[in-house]
Amino acid sequence: MSEKLYLYPQWVRVWHGLNAILCLVLLLTGLSLQYSDESYIFLLRFDIAVNLHSICGVLLSINYFFFIIGNWIRPNGRYYRVQFKGFLSTVVKQMKYYAFGMFKGEPAPFPITKESKFNPLQKLSYIIIMYLMFPIVTLTGWILMYPDFMRTEVFGSENIHAIQFVDLIHLIVGYIISLFMIIHIYFCTLGKTALSNFKSMINGWHEPH
Amino acid sequence: MKKKKTYIIFIRSLLFFLLFFCPKLNAQEQTTNTFEYAEENQQCLKCHGHKYYNYFNTWIEKMVRERMNPYFVIDSAEFYQSNHRNFSCVDCHSSDYRKFPHSGELRMEPRAGCMDCHGGDETYAKFNFEQIDEEFRNSVHFSKYSDEFTCWMCHNPHSYKTSARNNENLQKTIEYDNNICLSCHADISEYQLLTTLENPNILETHDWLPNQVLHFKNVRCIECHTQISNNVLVAHNVQPKEKAVKLCTECHSQNSILKETLYKYQKEISGKFEFSQREDFPHLIGGNRIYLLNLVSIIIFLITLGGVGIHIILRLINKST
Repeated sequence: MSEKLYLYPQWVRVWHGLNAILCLVLLLTGLSLQYSDESYIFLLRFDIAVNLHSICGVLLSINYFFFIIGNWIRPNGRYYRVQFKGFLSTVVKQMKYYAFGMFKGEPAPFPITKESKFNPLQKLSYIIIMYLMFPIVTLTGWILMYPDFMRTEVFGSENIHAIQFVDLIHLIVGYIISLFMIIHIYFCTLGKTALSNFKSMINGWHEPH
Repeated sequence: MKKKKTYIIFIRSLLFFLLFFCPKLNAQEQTTNTFEYAEENQQCLKCHGHKYYNYFNTWIEKMVRERMNPYFVIDSAEFYQSNHRNFSCVDCHSSDYRKFPHSGELRMEPRAGCMDCHGGDETYAKFNFEQIDEEFRNSVHFSKYSDEFTCWMCHNPHSYKTSARNNENLQKTIEYDNNICLSCHADISEYQLLTTLENPNILETHDWLPNQVLHFKNVRCIECHTQISNNVLVAHNVQPKEKAVKLCTECHSQNSILKETLYKYQKEISGKFEFSQREDFPHLIGGNRIYLLNLVSIIIFLITLGGVGIHIILRLINKST
């Protein structure tokens, strides 16, 4: 049996915990704003949802800022670096493992080590979410909080209202992040036991299979 | 050669004439034709259109320059853009005003009301003035201040122009209509003409409203402070403050009341009004829902859940075998 690995330092765990809570609240409040009709009674009251969404959005931006700084100055950032050559084929290999290999009892093609915390599929999805989707969703969120400062037209056309355009991007990217969350939470159950990866994000120690 | 030169001179002269004289002739035609009583009204506006007026005082036998009462100054530019621009001053005011100095008794002349002209007239049937009058009589303005509160309190007959039916610039309509409310509710001297109450600070009374400035700029006061009317374009039944709309989802939802108030005219002329179909309208959280995007997002969400579900089942089967 392999040794336990200390992969999640304290700052990563704090950031990750906050990120998870804030994203869940933002998802719930975002849905409450989008589906604000009285008939959707399972959602939050509109005024509460507006305030909570704004507060959590600001906190998420601050948390994201710490993530960027943390990854910049601490060794955790190296897990997000990619060797482009042959990267795509490693992603396909990992996908094949999740779709077929793991049911045939094949070993994981990219086992977790101290040097490589993420498998290629994780790496690709985390990079897309954290370095592409997050900047877009936070930037558009800030713009939507201060719509008065926006131009009224987009691409020189007065027919496309800028605020609607920004909101549409915010909505689509928020939706993509929400889908990622569902898949991310599910894949966390693929650890040694269904709960071991969740425990890892609390105590910092990864339990290999 | 000589013939060609004459031809060039003729063309140049013609161009010169067209460029310099025709627009002026055209403009002259417009100003004289547009306003039927412009010349007659000028007799009044030469004094009432200015802050000062001059007259020959027969007692002291010399020209005198006096200050005009500011409440009697008529902005002629505003008047000639207003709905009543084709009226003669004496259509509504006594013809005795033609005489100067005006008789003191004329101050007591009864003022014509909106319904004196607009009531029962088929020309104005689409405005439904009878219903407007009924709504106004049910409003808090009338019930509290009775006959002292007339149409003129909000609709200055010398400057009022319909704006809600002008769908080209909704922002201007909002600003115009809100300024009517603010002319009293943000001006203590006007407000206390009817009441001894303290003029409430609108910013303070609306401090519960999130994004206050944004709301003030993008909706009219009457959206929340009147009872929606089915038969008139602009509701006139102003409600007591306790009955004002305070529930966000009254506007921020697909069945937004704004469709029956602010966007009512757009709904009337296009038959149907959906926020998502109007790219030229301000964004409304909860109201702008795109059907296709909704459908696609639900399908992708279900596929994701389905994929996760299948994976869980395969894991369970694999575990049991």
